[in-house]
Amino acid sequence: MSGTGRVLSALLALALLGGIALAADSDRLHDETAHNRQNFDETERGRYLATLADCTGCHTKPQGGAFMAGGYPIQTPFGTLISPNITPDIDTGIGAWSDDDFVNAVQRGRARDGAHLYPAMPYTAYSKMPRADVLAIRAYLATLPPVHNAVVSNQLPFPFRIRASMIAWNALFFHDEPFRGDPKKSGEWNRGAYLVAGPAHCGACHNSKNFLGGDTSNGMLRGGVLQGWNVPDLTEDQRTGLAGWSVDDIVAYLKTGHNRISFASGPMAEVIRASTSHWHDDDLHAVAVFLADQPAPEQPSPPAVAKTDPAMTVGQAIYVDECSACHARNGAGAPNMFPALKASPIVQSSDPTTLTRVVLHGTQNVVTAAAPTGPSMPAFGWKLTDRQTAAVLTYIRNAWGNAAPAVDAGQVSKLREAQAGN
Amino acid sequence: MTRKLPAKDAVIIGLGWTGSILAEALTRAGLDVVAIERGPWRDTATDFPTTYAPDELRYRVRHDLFLRPAQETMTFRNNSSQTALPIRSWGSFMPPNGVGGGGLHWNAETWRFLPSDFELKTHLTQRYGAKALPEDMTIQDWGVSFDDLEPHYDKFEYLCGTSGKAGNIKGAKQEGGNPFEGARARDYPTPPQKQPYGPTLFAAAAREMGYHPFPQPSGNLSQAYTNPLGVALGPCTYCGFCEWFGCGNYSKASPQTTLLPVLVRRPNFEARTLCEVSRINLDGSGKRATGVTYVDSSGEEWEQPADLVLLCAFQLFNVHLLLISGVGTPYDPNTGQGTIGRNYSYQVTSSINGFWSDKNFNPFVASGAIGYCIDEFNGDNFDHGALGFVGGGYMGAVMTNGRPILGTFLPKDTPNWGAAWKKSLAENYLGAYQFATHGSCYSYRDAYLDLDPTYTDRLGRKLLRINFDFHPNELKMSQYLTDRLGEIVQKMGPRQFDKKPRKGPYTITDYQTTHTCGGAVMGADPKASVVNRYLQSWDVPNLFVTGATSFPQNAGYNPTGTVCALAFWAADALVNQYLKHPGPLVPA
Repeated sequence: MSGTGRVLSALLALALLGGIALAADSDRLHDETAHNRQNFDETERGRYLATLADCTGCHTKPQGGAFMAGGYPIQTPFGTLISPNITPDIDTGIGAWSDDDFVNAVQRGRARDGAHLYPAMPYTAYSKMPRADVLAIRAYLATLPPVHNAVVSNQLPFPFRIRASMIAWNALFFHDEPFRGDPKKSGEWNRGAYLVAGPAHCGACHNSKNFLGGDTSNGMLRGGVLQGWNVPDLTEDQRTGLAGWSVDDIVAYLKTGHNRISFASGPMAEVIRASTSHWHDDDLHAVAVFLADQPAPEQPSPPAVAKTDPAMTVGQAIYVDECSACHARNGAGAPNMFPALKASPIVQSSDPTTLTRVVLHGTQNVVTAAAPTGPSMPAFGWKLTDRQTAAVLTYIRNAWGNAAPAVDAGQVSKLREAQAGN
Repeated sequence: MTRKLPAKDAVIIGLGWTGSILAEALTRAGLDVVAIERGPWRDTATDFPTTYAPDELRYRVRHDLFLRPAQETMTFRNNSSQTALPIRSWGSFMPPNGVGGGGLHWNAETWRFLPSDFELKTHLTQRYGAKALPEDMTIQDWGVSFDDLEPHYDKFEYLCGTSGKAGNIKGAKQEGGNPFEGARARDYPTPPQKQPYGPTLFAAAAREMGYHPFPQPSGNLSQAYTNPLGVALGPCTYCGFCEWFGCGNYSKASPQTTLLPVLVRRPNFEARTLCEVSRINLDGSGKRATGVTYVDSSGEEWEQPADLVLLCAFQLFNVHLLLISGVGTPYDPNTGQGTIGRNYSYQVTSSINGFWSDKNFNPFVASGAIGYCIDEFNGDNFDHGALGFVGGGYMGAVMTNGRPILGTFLPKDTPNWGAAWKKSLAENYLGAYQFATHGSCYSYRDAYLDLDPTYTDRLGRKLLRINFDFHPNELKMSQYLTDRLGEIVQKMGPRQFDKKPRKGPYTITDYQTTHTCGGAVMGADPKASVVNRYLQSWDVPNLFVTGATSFPQNAGYNPTGTVCALAFWAADALVNQYLKHPGPLVPA
């Protein structure tokens, strides 16, 4: 090729590239929201809605990931999904998307190319939001610095990696309808109900799931087990729910990560750090009013393990030596520092996953501006055998009026193995 | 080659109590602050969790939390007739290292000094005449009064959540508190700790003898507490692993449990750990600090320029850095001229071991700042006219632990090992109680710090040399205090009790206390002090020096309360005076 030819090719290549960029840009010209980054009212509204919806919780990789640039592995019962880049980068983000593309993804679970998203993206909840709110989030996201970060989201094994399987799943579990309030309840209650069901997508974790990862029909906010943690029951269940929590307790928990009874760690710590600690107080209060009014059907308590059971005797001895310094002999803990074990829903949860994890591996409690201390539970896995761990767990689940099934060494052993390294 | 970093508003040398207090105040005022700390970052859950923190062998015997002498040490001699030698294993005191500094491993005895302590020279001269003081005693007034410091003592106590009982609120005496204390604005933030059996018996005996026992003010908290910064502490569990240890229960006040959780969230605060400041840099005039030079753990040297330099290391290292950096004029004991290194002092402690056959003290139920004290023989609370000495101290049943290796006490005639030792330990462990006096140490012309002529450290700097011995005044005081304490112990009816008043010469090998003081003292006269009443260097006005370094002499109390009150006082002057008009806060 002659020198002139090389220059011409280069110019042609530039023109082509430019053309592509122009084409992408002209697509976006149709969309007010994506383009109008001067609309402060809209972007501010979108920023708060993105906080309510905790977009950053999945779309920003913790520890140094670029804001909203994705790349965070999300463990699901079916395998790992990597969160996509939702910065306005043209090539690897959503910069080239139209408003309809965005709404389809957020509210219908359909990618720009028509592929089905997995419900780790809580479109089932976001479908309850008005389109205008979703577009406000879109307007806010368009103000962020574009980050070039290509993500391959689908890391699922066969057969789950086949996205078309979601057609059947959606038919079973996705009810694409707007939020409907309860006219018999107050406006505040309804605001709380909307936040829980819609943007805050509490049910994504807190609704009981069936084997396909869909919500069970009677399991709204009843909790379960996800990512190696118990998901607490948010109903008013006397033993495993929030019956002992006042509206103020719930507000304090969501705002600061701590209250007089408990503190957040694990996945909920992330939710509080990134989302609820930044909510407006009236929204926190609305959610608390709604959650404090979720009656649960009376359920018989399981019988407490007898005090004379050898596991209880051994467990008590271990408890006094290793645990009582912080959690107190009477299981009452210390306000804002060490959670109470007495009457604790998570302690009495039928499945001891969280409890076992916390004793074996310890946990870092959430740190917020309002509660900066961040006391932590040290790990005991190196110090207690499976049998000793089982005994002390059985003890705290059945001391001070608590009642829950005994934990055996085999369960601890399985969880120790499953939780190793994470 | 030294690499120069972008300038900061303030550089803090050492991230212990005073460094954290100043960092909090200055970052709150909007300054861009970097703290440079020789030791590692330390965090409760990661570095001393309850699962292994109570390890006497690791922390008490093997000094896990302390500076390694190979990194930095000092030489010692009792007097100029001797040749000083380097300390290669810590003994008499424990130089801290790492974030939290001494505030991490202290016992948390949180005292205020007496009002007369701050005007000591004036007070004693007025009461007893100048001739009553030994000719070579170099005590002086502090240039700051108790009333100046009262709001700042209060800030520190409320930062920590200190557990205690007031004895004097705004001049009104309070039953059950220390009747000798200076008037305070309000009571302690939390009530006193629960008292074990030994202190309870001591208090009863002392009360019967007409004394006024009161619970020792404690930074190991009687109950959960949230401080004004929003940082929360848990209640003390009386495990007796305080001094030498980090507290795994978040119940001992330390920078970690009171300040650092807030500081680390501030975007204008940065800590660089495992970085040792090798010198403070001065400009050509020697009157302005331009920043510091430090060495990181890879041996790389960095220059950190800053508008303000805050020297907040442990007392001995503060003086060392001043001498190394050429700030001011070194003290010359022959002429009495110069100030850097002058008036080095310590603490004069003594003990009595009492033994009962019919009592069980459960000595393992303890905290670092528990027990009942009396203050009748502290400072100038008693008439020294006919006694032949000045000074005093608190005394009491303040046993901090019953740890198995070094926390046991046996009658003085017991062998140190073998079958007889074992038998005696089995018989006496539960029925022994150690009582203590905690006395002042005044300053003298021949007690000072300078640079060693022979030995150097890893960076090639001359080591600091300690020149110190106890003087007859202090030894007489210790004998007197121990005798008074003995009378109370005797009243408690022990089978046997062994008095151990402090004897000379001062030895660097036996642990006594880490309360080394002075060497860059505060005062009103630039010829007799290194820093003014705001801890600002007379010679280099953009340099402030905190810590017990500034004590002109030591009082009969643990120093941390006063060290930290002075840090709050200096922080207040920095933010409200210096930053508005940088320059000398007191005309020289």
